[in-house]
Amino acid sequence: MTSSSPVARAGDGGAAGPAPVTPHNVPHRGGPANPTAESLRARFGDAIRRIDVVWGETTVVVARERLLEIVRWLHDDPEQQYDYLSDVTGVEFRDPEPPLEVVWHLRSLPRRRFLRLKVELPRGTPLEVESVWSVYRGADWLERECYDMFGIRFTGHPDLRRILMWEQYREGFPLRKDFPLRGRFSRAEQLRQALAANPEARYSMEELSIADAFEDLPEDMRQRLKAGERTGE
Amino acid sequence: MATTRRTVDVALATTGLDERGRPVRTPLVTDASGSAIALEEPPMLEPELGGEHMLINIGPQHPATHGVLRLVLELDGETVVRCIPHVGYLHCGFEKIGEYRQYNQIIPWTDREDYLNSIGNNVAFALGAERLFGIEITERCAVLRVIAAELSRIISHLVWLGTTCIDIGAFTPFLWSFQEREKVYTLLEAWVGARLTTTATRVGGMAADIPDGWLDGLRAFLAAFPKTIDEVDRMLTKNAIWVGRTVGLGAMTPAEATNYGLSGPMLRASGVAYDVRKDFPYLDYETYDFDVPIGTNGDVYDRFLVRMEELRQSVRILRQAADRLPEGPVNVDDHRVVLPPKSKAMSDMESMIHHFKQVMEGPRPPVGESYVAVESPKGEKGYYMVSDGTSKPVRWRIRPPSFVNLSAIPKMVEGHLLSDVIAINASIDIVMGEIDR
Repeated sequence: MTSSSPVARAGDGGAAGPAPVTPHNVPHRGGPANPTAESLRARFGDAIRRIDVVWGETTVVVARERLLEIVRWLHDDPEQQYDYLSDVTGVEFRDPEPPLEVVWHLRSLPRRRFLRLKVELPRGTPLEVESVWSVYRGADWLERECYDMFGIRFTGHPDLRRILMWEQYREGFPLRKDFPLRGRFSRAEQLRQALAANPEARYSMEELSIADAFEDLPEDMRQRLKAGERTGE
Repeated sequence: MATTRRTVDVALATTGLDERGRPVRTPLVTDASGSAIALEEPPMLEPELGGEHMLINIGPQHPATHGVLRLVLELDGETVVRCIPHVGYLHCGFEKIGEYRQYNQIIPWTDREDYLNSIGNNVAFALGAERLFGIEITERCAVLRVIAAELSRIISHLVWLGTTCIDIGAFTPFLWSFQEREKVYTLLEAWVGARLTTTATRVGGMAADIPDGWLDGLRAFLAAFPKTIDEVDRMLTKNAIWVGRTVGLGAMTPAEATNYGLSGPMLRASGVAYDVRKDFPYLDYETYDFDVPIGTNGDVYDRFLVRMEELRQSVRILRQAADRLPEGPVNVDDHRVVLPPKSKAMSDMESMIHHFKQVMEGPRPPVGESYVAVESPKGEKGYYMVSDGTSKPVRWRIRPPSFVNLSAIPKMVEGHLLSDVIAINASIDIVMGEIDR
């Protein structure tokens, strides 16, 4: 074998303790919680609304206003070291009573811990929560997707716009429970909109403005774009 | 190792290239005897090309974008100043559809997101659903799933290898790797009847046990496959062109890679030894003896080395799994979640009721939620499921590793040449089916 790739063993004790094993016979509720949950309660008190352990995974429900502060502490504190953001997503229940939830899955790679943070967005309040982009760059697209699918606005995100749906999509937020599976508009209306879109305007104004390409466009197209026309990407 | 990496000794030097793979200036003027006359180096002129930037669009219909990725690049000459990726052309709403499906009915959808790792996704989804149901799978099932997941890793890495070679301009390794991939697909076909869209698992077990003699086929493959890896290794690892086109491109430091949420070979090439199989084990991976390769520079070349080594490690795991595969049932003995055999459903009243209830209503997990991540070939693949006690999930979320890995591409391509964008993009190992879902 000629490969010169260095091979290292992950999982030889250290700060993370003994090598982890596959969990078996995990109880539905209860069981040992992630020690971080108690540290959070000790430090942030009332901002920690609830701590649940479901199927061995610790969920901490925190106050919406202090989310960013808590995430930053989890990331920076040398006892916690949650340096890895796995996922950001939202949950809406079929039952209209419970609030919408925003869920963050955090990992501490040095300590091998997994933590689920949640913020509840009660009905009737604006769907807004602070962005964790300033702590984790990986939150960029994950938050954009969450906004795209649920309409949850992440304040402080540098570029919060749709990602999977196109920017001119007007039907709403697909993963909300009031959004029908087949979409809001009829097929005929979707087709009409697709045909009405201007296939020439492939670049967003933002993209055109960063380069000198705008000046090279045909005159009529420049006029249309300046007038605010925005069509399919 | 860190010091040797930058001076990769090149065995296959090519005429016209120096040992780093850069073009060598060859003299064009000869004297009467035919020997070259050394030319004076022309003075390097600093070109005054002005500040005009160009806007270049790559994709969505471009073979090197691996599907329907679209990159809008701002170029200064040939150097990328800024990259704006556009995704979503393949968006099908898998997560929405999942909310209208019973758990077992979602498994075919998992085939179709990361379609190079379909059986691995089946395994991941079944693990997530089983945690939600509180099911302990049988020992035989766990080993079979390890075999499935590692075969799937081999397929995915082989496709990555082949397509990346094509992107960079080497055609032969593509043929070699696709030949081997074909053999794995033949094995899968013998096992579950399908090649690409396997739908191999069920909540609580597998769709089918392996047929008689299947392990012999697997062992034969495992005996022959390392030769192909070695051939590709000999062909590429010290190849001047390969090294020249991959070393130093798209490098991410360990801190950056972690902060950007990279996972899988992308993260490990940067030197962070995070492998879900080791750090948050599942399927008793801690009992298998295998190593996690890590790189030092986090560039395209290191990602290549890491994936090559992972192929070898997968072979190691597969050998151990084939040796330890225990006898016994594959499915759990609980007919509230696993369908009773058809013969019993037709002759035994209780089985018939279970069969009816399962098909018409579907098994119901208790209220709760689970996030189960596995080490897919692309990285940390997680399935987050929330149950409200009905037979369909309230929320089924896919944590797509290629989506998060791709989100770092503006950072990785900045300052590189346009032609390097293709190599960097290839090194991410994206599957648009998974990114857009």
